[in-house]
Amino acid sequence: MNADGKKTKPKSKATKETPKQSVKSADKAPVKQKAAPKPKIKINDLNLFYSEKQALYDVKIDIYPNQVTALIGPSGCGKSTFLRCLNRMNDTIDGCIIKGSIKLDGHDIYDKSVDVVDLRAKTGMVFQKPNPFPKSIFDNVAYGPKIHGMVKNKTHLSEIVETSLQKAGLWDEVKDRLHDSGTSLSGGQQQRLCIARAIAVSPQVILMDEPCSALDPIATSKIETLIDELRHKYTIVIVTHSMQQAARVSQKTAFFHLGKIVEYNDTDIIFTNPKYKQTQDYITGRYG
Amino acid sequence: MSKSTNSKLAKRNRTEKLFILKGYMAILISFAFLLFLIFTIAGKGISGLQQTQIKLEIEFNKAAIETGNYNLLIRQQLDSLFPEIEDRSSKRNLYRLVADPAKFILMDMVQDDTSLIGETKEIWLPADEKVDIFFKQNADDWDTKLNPEQKELIKTLESQGLIDLNFNFPFFTYGDSQEPELAGIAGALIGSMLTLIVCMAVAIPLAVCAAIYLEEFAPKNRFTDLIEVNINNLAAVPSIVFGLLGLSVYLNFFGMPRSAPFVGGLTLGLMVIPVIIIATRAALKAVPSSIRQAAMGIGASPLQVVTHHTLPLAMPGIMTGTILSIARALGETAPLLMIGMVAFIVDVPQSFSDPSTVMPVQIYLWSKNSQPGFVEKTAAAIIVLLLILILLNIIAVWIRKKYERRW
Amino acid sequence: MGNTELALTIAVVVATLLAIFLLYKTTPNFQTVSLKEKFIKLILIIATIFTVYTTLAIVLSVIYESWLFFTKVPITEFLFGTKWSPQTAMRADQSASSGAFGAIPLFTGTFLVTAIAMLVAGPLGLYSAIYISEYAGKKFRTYVKPALEILAGIPTVVYGYFAALTVAPLIHDAGTALGLGVDSESALAAGLVMGIMIIPYVLSLSDDVINSVPQALRDASYGLGATKSETIKNVVLPAALPGIMGAMLLGISRAVGETMIVVMAAGLSANLTINPLESVTTVTVQIVTLLTGDQEFDSPKTLAAFALGLTLFIITLFLNVIALKIVKKYREKYE
Repeated sequence: MNADGKKTKPKSKATKETPKQSVKSADKAPVKQKAAPKPKIKINDLNLFYSEKQALYDVKIDIYPNQVTALIGPSGCGKSTFLRCLNRMNDTIDGCIIKGSIKLDGHDIYDKSVDVVDLRAKTGMVFQKPNPFPKSIFDNVAYGPKIHGMVKNKTHLSEIVETSLQKAGLWDEVKDRLHDSGTSLSGGQQQRLCIARAIAVSPQVILMDEPCSALDPIATSKIETLIDELRHKYTIVIVTHSMQQAARVSQKTAFFHLGKIVEYNDTDIIFTNPKYKQTQDYITGRYG
Repeated sequence: MSKSTNSKLAKRNRTEKLFILKGYMAILISFAFLLFLIFTIAGKGISGLQQTQIKLEIEFNKAAIETGNYNLLIRQQLDSLFPEIEDRSSKRNLYRLVADPAKFILMDMVQDDTSLIGETKEIWLPADEKVDIFFKQNADDWDTKLNPEQKELIKTLESQGLIDLNFNFPFFTYGDSQEPELAGIAGALIGSMLTLIVCMAVAIPLAVCAAIYLEEFAPKNRFTDLIEVNINNLAAVPSIVFGLLGLSVYLNFFGMPRSAPFVGGLTLGLMVIPVIIIATRAALKAVPSSIRQAAMGIGASPLQVVTHHTLPLAMPGIMTGTILSIARALGETAPLLMIGMVAFIVDVPQSFSDPSTVMPVQIYLWSKNSQPGFVEKTAAAIIVLLLILILLNIIAVWIRKKYERRW
Repeated sequence: MGNTELALTIAVVVATLLAIFLLYKTTPNFQTVSLKEKFIKLILIIATIFTVYTTLAIVLSVIYESWLFFTKVPITEFLFGTKWSPQTAMRADQSASSGAFGAIPLFTGTFLVTAIAMLVAGPLGLYSAIYISEYAGKKFRTYVKPALEILAGIPTVVYGYFAALTVAPLIHDAGTALGLGVDSESALAAGLVMGIMIIPYVLSLSDDVINSVPQALRDASYGLGATKSETIKNVVLPAALPGIMGAMLLGISRAVGETMIVVMAAGLSANLTINPLESVTTVTVQIVTLLTGDQEFDSPKTLAAFALGLTLFIITLFLNVIALKIVKKYREKYE
């Protein structure tokens, strides 16, 4: 039990050196969180292979609802690969073999009875480089609800589009030009469009793969504010290259290294008082 | 999952499966067409590559040869085989079993080798077209052309082993003819070869040189862009337009001989140049610039860089492109029709300016003839043409596989 | 010096002068470059100029002969007339019923056969391309795609033979069995076989175009929970649309310019109809017919062939330029 009275899973015991005390501390206002007794996504013993090469080793982590969980670590260490497991996007890659269990609300997502199409409606994804469809802004957002048959009539569809764009903080900027092409927006706007698109299918989880790495600082800060608002309604998992971003935006952080989770804890603990030297070294910039 | 989501998902999955099926069916149908085409032609053509022949012991009687009556030699032999036949109409039935132009075969044999005079030799002579068809069909429904007596004679010959289905060698040694029994593709094959030699002699140097200039030396400005657009468009111009060019410029303006391989080669050459340019440029582009820069760094002049380094490395690609162009030129018909290759030409061409024909034109001319003898010969000629094309393609692929480098 | 020699000399002289000019312009350090280098480069430039001559030669010769034609037959009659029966007066004193040169039946004939061909080649080529590029495994791709491209290597005279001797009688018999009146040489037979010939062109280009659509768009669609077919129909194909249109235009251009299949399987009678079961004639067939009969050069009959050739050249040029432009623009967007 930690100071907030939240249950946390016991940390895995690893034989590593005792961590040094970190002098710096990233000041962060304590975030109010609802008591979340059950993890939204439970991952156990996840091992992933690209043909012969293993990319993920015995990953075990619980993702809690209505929180932002950040995945940090040097490049190429499996964060994005792990993220793509959560909505089975790795299915589209030839030769990708997955062992272990991933349970969303208690159901194994790789179970035969699960329709991957349905799963992906529950878990929305936002990518590193904004990828709006070469369609109008309206059609971009409308696409998801249409194919999932969530729409009763035209009015209903317009409502969904407006709500999603509002939630993504884009509505005021585009409400007069919904029929312009999605690709005519700026980078930051395009990414918010992609977020609106993902929200439109009413997911429960939103997965974000370095959503701000292609954006300028102003656009980035807008999206970070957005993420903080969104977490009250959705469970968010975000892969980020920027530790500062993780510190700003998330409640829980997992540090990945070479396909393993080295440490997983509340964000302020990771950044002020990490348990493992490796984490400490990464955070202080000893290696990138 | 609610029931309605379940049924929606089921519907979407069904749509998915249907879509995949449509794609698969499209491929199957396309394949079916291909196989249908190949099998119909093979079926008709295989019989064209065989010929019913009658074995006769021909006595090269000096007297008959001197009067030029080779028919007599054949008739004498037939009479000696069936001495019991006496009345005129029956004899006519007998004589008609052997192809009418068989006498020319004997004539050619004597002209090639005069020592045959006075000798006796066993020769397989082509049977008449009607006998040929009857024998191959081995059916009675084509019997309206032969009367019962003739069928009896054929059966007798068969029992004596004197009539059989042999490989149709005359098909490859004789030129075109009015008679289906003696019609062959020798003239067309030689004509094609001569035409292609001219075509390549014109096209390859011009195209490769132009491609080298455009790719390696020409400055990147609007003018060269225009030339590139021009060449891309030329490559897509219908071939018949090149025929019109040949007609108006070569035949009309320059007064060159009609139907000659020389003119045909020039016409096809111009048609093939843009294609070779495009292939050569692609091969040159594929050579990485690091090689060029390394050579320049050592102090090679631009021309040396090209001739010593770039060109040799691009050679496999250029050769592949050239061979494929040869294959394409080999199959072209329309432009050659325009320059006059529609005439009926019997003699095998001896030079680049003799009137001649080419394989696809020969096929076209024969296809207009509905006699069954010609129908199967047309298909047989198609088989020969396709085999040559397959061979060319295999060579091109082999070159590509053996010499191509992956950079 | 005769006409021929004069023209030839002028051509060579102009080419050489132009080549020398270009050589000077494109060779830095002109003074220091060796003579051998300059000479070889000159040859290369002359070769390039000669290839330009080809286009010029086509355009000029065809235009010249067509112009001669239009002095004898008004262009309005040619483009808008609906009666095509080309004859010339045998002797100068024969009455002036010199035949009609209205090319509309030829245009409709070409259009009809092309339309049938594209109805076959378009869907079959496109769906095959979709399957091969989106669904098929590597093994399937390596064997099936080249196999289907065999269709492109078969000489058109072979297709013509197939159309005339197998397909046309089949259609005729089928039609008679169904109680429909089918000519022995039908537009349907020619169009069907032509479609088969064009399949590999549509397939090859569409496959290239579909593969160029960035994977990021597909990922976005899958991430939203779309099935593969939904992604293809709603995202990939719309994104690839310009390229696919370019592929179709090139297929049409091929069909319009095709000669042997229609010569052997379509008819010779200029029939103004859109009934595919009837026999029609096309622009290319008429070019062949007019020029392979008894010819006297310069008669309106043979000159008409050049006018037809000019029309054909302009139309295919137009289609090709647009198609290549569209495909180029599309490629720039994604690369």
